[in-house]
Amino acid sequence: MTEYLGEAFVWRALAGSVLIVLMAAPLGCFVVWQRMAYFGDALAHSALLGVALGLFMGINPSWSVLLCCLVVAGFLLLMQKHQRLGAELSVDTHLGIVAHAGLAIGFIVLSFVDTFRFDLEAYLFGDVLTVLPDDLWRMVSICILIAIMLVKLWKPLLLVTISEDIAHVEGVSVARLRSIFLFMLALVVATAIQVVGVLLTASLLIIPAAAARRLSNTPEKMVMLATLIGLVAVVAGVMSSLVMDLPAAPAIVLVALVFFIVAQLKKN
Amino acid sequence: MTPLVDAKGISLQIAERMILRDINLQLDTGKIVSLIGPNGAGKTSLVRIILGLLQPTRGEIKIRPGIVTSYLPQRLTLQQSMPMTVRRFLELNLTHQDKTINEALEEAGVAKLAGSSLQSISGGELQRVMLARCLLRNPQLLVLDEPDQGMDSSGQQVLYKLITEIRDRYQCAVLMVSHDLHLVMSATDEVVCLNHHICCTGHPESIFEHPEFLQLYGKSADGLAVYTHHHDHKHDLRGNVVDD
Repeated sequence: MTEYLGEAFVWRALAGSVLIVLMAAPLGCFVVWQRMAYFGDALAHSALLGVALGLFMGINPSWSVLLCCLVVAGFLLLMQKHQRLGAELSVDTHLGIVAHAGLAIGFIVLSFVDTFRFDLEAYLFGDVLTVLPDDLWRMVSICILIAIMLVKLWKPLLLVTISEDIAHVEGVSVARLRSIFLFMLALVVATAIQVVGVLLTASLLIIPAAAARRLSNTPEKMVMLATLIGLVAVVAGVMSSLVMDLPAAPAIVLVALVFFIVAQLKKN
Repeated sequence: MTPLVDAKGISLQIAERMILRDINLQLDTGKIVSLIGPNGAGKTSLVRIILGLLQPTRGEIKIRPGIVTSYLPQRLTLQQSMPMTVRRFLELNLTHQDKTINEALEEAGVAKLAGSSLQSISGGELQRVMLARCLLRNPQLLVLDEPDQGMDSSGQQVLYKLITEIRDRYQCAVLMVSHDLHLVMSATDEVVCLNHHICCTGHPESIFEHPEFLQLYGKSADGLAVYTHHHDHKHDLRGNVVDD
């Protein structure tokens, strides 16, 4: 294993996945608390459309994915607003449509791109070993932005999770806070695509958080434990991908899953 | 002095249904207003309009700017997925606080629950924890929607005493929806009976002037008062309005 530690790409892979976990774990806790797992899925799946458009138009897919996720987040906000006014179909139905429409249109656009110019699997399941210095800088800046927002909005976000009404009465601008959170989620999902791919990004949000639930008694402890579990999962996943030649993203998800199963053994 | 809250000509119509019609209501510093009325009379809607959670179809509400409001909703459905202790919940205060959390919990009689999870305590305990949180917030307006539902009479008395104490200490205006048609908190300054419109308003009479009630409830009626009034409608035993 030690021979890998001299390689710069290994360190970039580790640094990139650590940065992703630092963002995904706290946001994933809110996703679990606010029952937004399908929001994560809708954002991640429709990111394939962003990849496809980027490749088709010849721009860096990292940026087109970011743009695509932000546009989808805006669309989901409109949908939520529409939902509040009373819609026939429930939120999960709408989200399922957005997620799979994104995948379907993405695949169709990709069919117009020469196949030798891209590796589809790298976008579906991520390719952490190809993290470049430029990617790393982008991840660092987004991570800092998310950290600042989380620290600033922490109490209002928790209060809104407990009761929107109480939060509103106590002076929180609930609709604005919800929009900000959705755009933060879009940023994190767009950044995580490179490490875990469009199909497995949502699992990096929810599995560490779900594993931490039974082991914590306050929201802060749950976030810290979810971060810890996520960190162990990505480091173990990346190393097993190097040593045993396993696909990295599924290995990361598998390690997190083991944590979740073991946590369920604890008596409630 | 202008009232803390001045609601004028409030009407609320949802689809074809007139929920509230031409409601005028004022809330003053240090005064407790109890809102009574049959089921479906629009009590919760009126409360939500005053809190700004619902927009009225017509009418306007003037609220003194910059006041701190505390609200106890009728039901607080907690997400099981978020771990939360009573203490941490009280720390989630967005305004400044003069009191320590232990003192507030002590006053509400729930000090031993500080480390308990919010999801594991009973409904009555949760109401008291919420009141302890109000104590920390030092509110100028306290709005409670049926805080005493599902409580036994001794629990009710503790709750009423606590609400009165909060009023006395902070001189805040209190608006409380009562779950009972005829029994209100004895510290109430004004009773408003609502049935889509305001049927009548008035002062509650002391329970001690009603020997029949004393006989019925004995000493457990301490803290309660009756409000005798004539409706312009009739209701069945459950409080639902029946047509003549």
